[in-house]
Amino acid sequence: MAASPPTTPVPRLRAAAPSRALGLALALAVLVLLMGASLAIGTRSIDLSTVVHALLHGGDGDEAVIVRDLRVPRTLLGLAVGVALGLAGALMQALTRNPLADPGLLGVNAGAAAAVVFAIGVLGVGSLTGYVWFAFAGAAVASVVVYAIGAVGRGGASPVRLALAGTAVTAALTALTQALTLLDRDTFDQWRAWSVGALSGRDADTLGQVAPFLVAGVLLALALGRALNAIALGDETGRALGARIGRTRLLGALSITLLCGAATAAIGPIFFVGLTVPHVARAIAGADQRWVLAYSMLLAPILLLAADVVGRVVARPGEVQVGIVTALLGAPVFIAIVRRRRIAHL
Amino acid sequence: MSAPAPALRAPAIRAFGGRVSVRVHRRGAIACALLALAALATALAGLAFGDYPLSLGEVVNALAGRGDGSGAFIVNELRLPRVVCALAVGAGLGVAGAIFQSLTRNPLGSPDVIGFTYGSAAGAVAMIIVVGAQQSAVSAGALAAGLATAAIVYLLSYRGGGVQGYRLVLVGIGISMMLLAFINYLLTRGRIEEAQEAAVWIAGSLDGRGWEQATPLVIALAVLLPAAFLLSPRLSLLELGDDAATALGVRVERSRLTLTLVAVAITAVATATAGPIAFVALAAPQVARRLTRTPGPGLLGAAIMGAQLLQGSDLASQRLFAPDQLPVGIMTGAIGGIYLAWLLAREWRWRRA
Repeated sequence: MAASPPTTPVPRLRAAAPSRALGLALALAVLVLLMGASLAIGTRSIDLSTVVHALLHGGDGDEAVIVRDLRVPRTLLGLAVGVALGLAGALMQALTRNPLADPGLLGVNAGAAAAVVFAIGVLGVGSLTGYVWFAFAGAAVASVVVYAIGAVGRGGASPVRLALAGTAVTAALTALTQALTLLDRDTFDQWRAWSVGALSGRDADTLGQVAPFLVAGVLLALALGRALNAIALGDETGRALGARIGRTRLLGALSITLLCGAATAAIGPIFFVGLTVPHVARAIAGADQRWVLAYSMLLAPILLLAADVVGRVVARPGEVQVGIVTALLGAPVFIAIVRRRRIAHL
Repeated sequence: MSAPAPALRAPAIRAFGGRVSVRVHRRGAIACALLALAALATALAGLAFGDYPLSLGEVVNALAGRGDGSGAFIVNELRLPRVVCALAVGAGLGVAGAIFQSLTRNPLGSPDVIGFTYGSAAGAVAMIIVVGAQQSAVSAGALAAGLATAAIVYLLSYRGGGVQGYRLVLVGIGISMMLLAFINYLLTRGRIEEAQEAAVWIAGSLDGRGWEQATPLVIALAVLLPAAFLLSPRLSLLELGDDAATALGVRVERSRLTLTLVAVAITAVATATAGPIAFVALAAPQVARRLTRTPGPGLLGAAIMGAQLLQGSDLASQRLFAPDQLPVGIMTGAIGGIYLAWLLAREWRWRRA
């Protein structure tokens, strides 16, 4: 009895790892099932054996073409964007030590939206593949500006400063977006379709355009896991433990910009996924940022693909855009978590 | 000698510690008076400038009831109600913002945290796109939806005999996100004309506001603003923290509810008149506090600053892009965002964290 208390933490940590790994495997299985559902379910339901046949052996039938040319790119895009949003949200909440942080906070979404509207309204860019680069550039410029304002002076870019600077930049950019859309009706019409956030109508080219940025962002995010754990202890303690705070923040911000910029460029602004998923991930995985990142990376595409499938089913033969369904599905879950338990602190 | 900057900024505070409160109050009073003068000047400019320019003398004559036909009509029936709306909405938003920032102890707190803004926007957009309603019905729908949203957020955050500020913020965000999705859905489904009308409403506009909007607004604020000022001392005590406030005799939960109700009611009448105008509630208390340099919630300064800010923005949005009419909410968002960024950068350059 007398000797046992000091040793209890060690066995508990060791016991937790297998169950966390099991949970991760379970999440992966759910994700694979959802990808199957996303290939099979739609305005025209296609049974799974046909889907598998079309994937493995090709074929020229209507159903094979639908699966290969429409649903496969759409599902892969949903997967990629989901991974990006989940990782970006988890990174951002860990870096700012703010459980409310989401990509909207650093001006990323507002920057992308303003750039897209500028491209449509002023430069007359009409195609989706054309918007992508503007959205990406807008997101990058906005986050650089936010970071530059936050890093002014001696204190460096502290979490509170980044949040404040993000709010200011978002307000100014939103005003610009509103001004451009209200002055020109055609711009407004195109912008309202983009701003909802939809997976439909995106082809394989879109995915190909953003894929390099997504891969770079994902690798960078996963490499930061250990450094994030040190940052979670606070700046002073982290520094005392040998973490390079400034460098981690800078790389983290770069990764967030790559991930969010690419995701927003590909399918429009999706709110809520980046905010909600890390909360659920922390509730399951605990405080270790490496596990939180891994869980966020699987749970976010689960949410996104499920929302996309639901959106195709509820309004047949039409569709409800994925951005709307994620918010309507995610918000009640989020509120239930907020009400039920104390927020898992970082 | 080693630190000249702080000594230059506020010499009296360091040198004459005993007279600090006197000095601070005098500065606050002077700043408020100057701000009020500036607001008055901007209001007069708003009455004089326009597609049909009038001289200051003509404006004063028209206000006094001695003007000739067309000038008097333009001033009293077209421009004055709009200016009154701008001043009143600005003052209301400033006070509501100051209350929310003090209650949540968060310099970025605003009526948004309780979901009111998105609630009212969703109500208005639904009225415009689904029902096809006109102005007064849109205002009524916005008001009802905003209040219902605020009530839902408050009830969902209520747990274990109280509302934690933190949980309120989180639930507010959750509900706001749902409403935003709903708004976006309606915007994509509606006809383009209606969707654009809804977008103007969401941005916040004072265009075409007449006495039928200004009169009820002024009456409502004549009740609500004094109520807020009466509650102000209690707000100062709440800023000390729940425990300290309880020890000083404040009924914390009831005071918080009353103050929230007053602030939401002020926001509601302001939003019903002009739509959810960005940034005034956020920026006015912050700017006023820096100008007056008084501690505490500073409701009066926030009110005057808000009035000046909105009237100035409305004047600018009317004249800068003429003949195109941009909603004033775009101007407040742009000015407020750039100003806040500049302010933060300037402050951080001198101070640590």
